[in-house]
Amino acid sequence: MVVANKYEMVCGLEVHVELQTKTKIFCGCTTEFGGDQNTHVCPVCLGMPGALPVLNREVVDYAIKAGLALNCEIAEFSKFDRKNYFYPDLSKNYQTSQFDLPICGKGGLEIEVEGEKKWIGITRAHMEEDAGKLVHSGDTITTSNASSVDYNRAGVPLLEIVSEPDMRSIPEVLAYLEKLVQILEYTEVSDCRMEQGSVRFDINVSLRPIGETAFGTRTETKNLNSFSSVRRCMEYEIARQARVLDAGEKVVQETRTWDEGQGITLALRSKEEAHDYRYFPEPDLTPLIIDREWVERIRQTLPELPAERRARLQGIGLSEYDAGVITQSKSLSDFFDAALKSFGDAKTLANWVMGDVMRLLNSNQCPVEDSPISPKQLAELLELIEKGTISGKIAKTVLEEMYATGKDAQVIVKEKGLAQISDEGALLGIIDGVLAANPQSVEDYRAGKDRAIGFLVGQIMKATKGQANPGLVNRLLKEKLS
Amino acid sequence: MESVTIGKSVSELHELLLHKEISSTELTKAYIDRIKSVDPALQAYLTVLEEEALAQAADVDEKISQGQALKPLEGIPMALKDNMCTEGIRTSCASKMLENFYPPYNATVTERLRAAGTILLGKLNMDEFAMGSSTENSYFAKTRNPWNLECVPGGSSGGSAVAVAGDEAAFTLGSDTGGSIRQPAAFCGVVGMKPTYGAVSRLGLIAFASSLDQIGPFTKTVRDNALVMNAIAGHDPLDSTSVPIEAPDYTKFLVNDIKGLKIGIPREYFGAGIDPEVAKGIQAGIQTLIDLGAEVAECSLPHTEYAIPAYYLIATAEASSNLARYDGVRYGYRADADDVLGMFKKTRAEGFGQEVKRRIMLGTYALSSGYYDAYYLKAQKVRTLIKQDFDKAFEKFDVLLSPTAPTSAFKFGEKSADPLAMYLSDITTVPINLAGIPAISIPAGFVNGLPIGMQLMGKAFGEGSLYRVAYTFEQNTNYHTLKPNLSREVLTGGSR
Repeated sequence: MVVANKYEMVCGLEVHVELQTKTKIFCGCTTEFGGDQNTHVCPVCLGMPGALPVLNREVVDYAIKAGLALNCEIAEFSKFDRKNYFYPDLSKNYQTSQFDLPICGKGGLEIEVEGEKKWIGITRAHMEEDAGKLVHSGDTITTSNASSVDYNRAGVPLLEIVSEPDMRSIPEVLAYLEKLVQILEYTEVSDCRMEQGSVRFDINVSLRPIGETAFGTRTETKNLNSFSSVRRCMEYEIARQARVLDAGEKVVQETRTWDEGQGITLALRSKEEAHDYRYFPEPDLTPLIIDREWVERIRQTLPELPAERRARLQGIGLSEYDAGVITQSKSLSDFFDAALKSFGDAKTLANWVMGDVMRLLNSNQCPVEDSPISPKQLAELLELIEKGTISGKIAKTVLEEMYATGKDAQVIVKEKGLAQISDEGALLGIIDGVLAANPQSVEDYRAGKDRAIGFLVGQIMKATKGQANPGLVNRLLKEKLS
Repeated sequence: MESVTIGKSVSELHELLLHKEISSTELTKAYIDRIKSVDPALQAYLTVLEEEALAQAADVDEKISQGQALKPLEGIPMALKDNMCTEGIRTSCASKMLENFYPPYNATVTERLRAAGTILLGKLNMDEFAMGSSTENSYFAKTRNPWNLECVPGGSSGGSAVAVAGDEAAFTLGSDTGGSIRQPAAFCGVVGMKPTYGAVSRLGLIAFASSLDQIGPFTKTVRDNALVMNAIAGHDPLDSTSVPIEAPDYTKFLVNDIKGLKIGIPREYFGAGIDPEVAKGIQAGIQTLIDLGAEVAECSLPHTEYAIPAYYLIATAEASSNLARYDGVRYGYRADADDVLGMFKKTRAEGFGQEVKRRIMLGTYALSSGYYDAYYLKAQKVRTLIKQDFDKAFEKFDVLLSPTAPTSAFKFGEKSADPLAMYLSDITTVPINLAGIPAISIPAGFVNGLPIGMQLMGKAFGEGSLYRVAYTFEQNTNYHTLKPNLSREVLTGGSR
C-alpha cells in the first residue's frame, strides 16, 4: 500500500484471545461473561494474601490446539513469568504471563488479498491471565469521581498471538485478522465474541519511504475490539504518521490509544515513560513440560480447518467462490455440512444456503447457529423439489413458512395444498380451457412467435396457483399445439 | 493444674489425655492461664483465642468421653505464626498493613492441624512479613527471649520459638525463608525444623519469598517434631510447588543409633563471624556424636560466601512482587488520597515498616531492566552453584552439621541499626533455603546462659536422617530438659 505517493506501511499485530475454558487459568472460578460484579471470584483471582495459582490444564490444551492450527511450534519446555506493574484492575499488581519461553513458537498463516496469496508469520503465542475491569461512575472516565473494580474477568485465560511485521496494507491486516479469528472459531478455542471483548487487537504500525528496507519508527495502538475500529484506526494513524514525516519531523515511538468517538488515536505514553515490567520467573508455578504425546493427543482433536474444508467443497463441485463463502464462518459451514448429509447435490444446496437461507437469516439478524430451519429440514425441502413434489418457486414460499413456523416442509405442503399437479388428465383439461380462452396466442405461436408459449404457460400456472408441474405443462402444451 | 501439665512434651500430654488423667479442656485452660501469666512479659502472642480454644477442647473431650480413638495430636494446644491464614481469625503478618485482615480461608497447615484435632490457642508475633532475624520488626510488639528478657528471641518466627520455650503452647508452627525457624529455635533452646522445599504446603502462608518459604514445627523434643511433621507434611494439589510424593511416618526414624552414619562438617560454617564460644559448644556436640559411633569428617561448601548476597537479591526480588498486592484496593490498610496512584503510594508508605520497604526497594532494583542480568540472574546462577555444593557433599555424607547461628541471642537494638550486620548473621542458614534442602536446629548447649543450636542439614526429603541424628543426640544429652527461669521476679524485674 502506497501512502501519500511515497511511503510504504509496515504492520504487525498482537491479538489477545480469551480462551473459552469453563474455568479460569489459575483457579476454579467460572469464566462466564456477565454475572453480578465480583461474584465469579475467589481468594486466588482476588490476589488474597497466601493464595496460590494452580495451572488449568485445559488452558494448555487450548493453547496447543490454537498453536497447531496456526502452524506454530509447540515448546516442550515453557514457563510462566510475572509482569509487574501497578494498576487497580490487577489484583496482585502483577500479571502472570509468559515472557521468554512461550508455549507457541514460530508459525503463520496464508492470507489472500485480491487474488494474491501471502504468508503472514506468527512470532509466538503465549498464555496469560486477563485483568479485571474498572467501572467508572458517571458518564465518562474524565467526568467520573469514583471507580470500582469488577474482578469477574480477572484470571480468564488469554492467548496473546504476536505476528511478524509482515503486513503492508490495511486489506492485508484485515485479511489476517479475519483468517485468524476464523481459525480460532473453527478450533473452538475461543467464541471470538468481539462485542464482549473476547478478542482484542494491538496494532504496531510504521511508515518508511518506498524502497527503504529498514523499518521506520512505530507506534502501538492498544485495545481495539472490532475489525472496523482496526480499519479506521489504521487509516487515521497512517495519515497522521505521513503528515509527521511530510513535515520533516520524526514519529515518536510510543503507545497510543484509539478514541472510537472522535475517530482519532491519542498518545498514552512514550518509550521513555514505558513501564519497566521487571519480568521474572513465576516462583509459584513449576515449568510447563509438554511431551510429544500431549501434542499428538491435541492434534487428534483438531477439526477440519477452513482451507481443508474449502478444498473438500471444491472437490464435490462447488466453485472456489462458493466454497469460500460457505466456509467463511464455521457455523455456516457446519450448517452446510449437516444438510449435505441428507441432500447430496452440493451445488444446489450451496445455491439455497447462500441465497434464500442467508437472506432470511440476515434480514432477521439471526445467527446461523440459531436458525429456526434445521439443516435436515432444509435438505427435506430440497428433496421435495428434486422429486417434483413442489416447484422451486413454491419452495421459496415454503421456506419462508418454515422459517416463520419451524414446521417441516412436507407438513406445510400438505396443509396448504401446495403439491404440484403432475396428473396428465387434470392438466390437459386445464390446458384445453386456457387454449380456448386465448385463441390469439395460439395463432401467434403457430405463426412462429415462440414467445407466445410463455404467456400460455403463465396462464396455466395462474389457473393452478403455480402448482402445475412446469416440465409436464411444457410438454403437454407443445404436443397440443403441434 | 499448671504444675502437672506445663512443660510436658506433646507425646507426654497425649499419654495424659489417653489415660484420662487430664481433659483437653483442663489442658487448654492451663495453657491459657500460662499465657496470661507470662505473655505480658514475653509477648509471643498477637492474638489469643481463649473462647474458641476452649470450645475446640470441649469437642475433643466429648470424643474422648464417647470412647473414640485419640489421634497423636488430638486435644493438644498449639499456636501458629501470624502469617498463616486462619479463617475469620486475624492474620496480620505483624504489619500495620494487615492489622485488620481476617482471611476468608484457612491455610492448608491450619486445615491439617484442625483435622488432626489440635487446639488453636492463638497467633504468634514475628518480624513484619517475616523479614528480620530478631522479631524487632513487628509493628505490634517486641517478643523477648525467655532465657534473658534483655535479648531478642531471634526471628522472624520469634513468637513461635518463645511460645514453646516459655511453655505457652505445646508446639507451634513457624516459617523459614532464610533461617526464620532454625535461628529462633537455636536462640530459645527448642527444636525447629525447616523441611525440604515442597514438603509442606505453602497455600495460605502469606508469601515473603515464594521459592524459599517453607513452614515447619517448633517443639520441645525431636519426637514431637516428627509427630507434627506427620500431621502437616504431604502433597497439596492446591500448591503447585508441593511435591507429589507421599510423606513418610517420620517417627519411624526416631532410633537411638547413629553408628556408621557419615556426618560432614563444612569448614566454611565455622569461619569468620562465628563466636568462638559457639564454635566450641558445637565441637563438643560433634565429639558426642563421634562417641556415639558417627563417622565425622570435614568437608567444603566452597560457594558459601556468595550465599548472603544471592539470598538477599532473590528473596527481595520475589518479595517486591509478592508484596505489590498490598495497595489498599481490596483489603488491609488504606490511606486516603485524591487519586488512585496517590492512594497506592500513601497506603504503602504508611502501611509498611522500614525493613519491609528497604527490601521492596532492594528487590525492585534487582529486577529492573538493565540490572536484572547483573543481580537477579547472577544470583540465580549462584543458587545453582550452592545447590551443586550440597549435592557433591551428600555424595559422601548422610548429614552435614554446623552451628545454627554464629552467635547466641543478642540484645535488643544491638543489630537493628545496622541491617547489613543483621543480614550477615544469616550466613549459616540461608544456603539451606537456596538449596531447598531440609535442616533442623536442636539444643546443643549454652553460651553465657543463652542456648545455642546445632544445625543438621540433609538431602532433599532426607528429614528422616536429620530426625535420626537429632533424636540420638537428644537421648544422650540433657539440654532439651533445661528450662528458663520465668519466675514472677524475673518476669516483672525484667520489664523494660
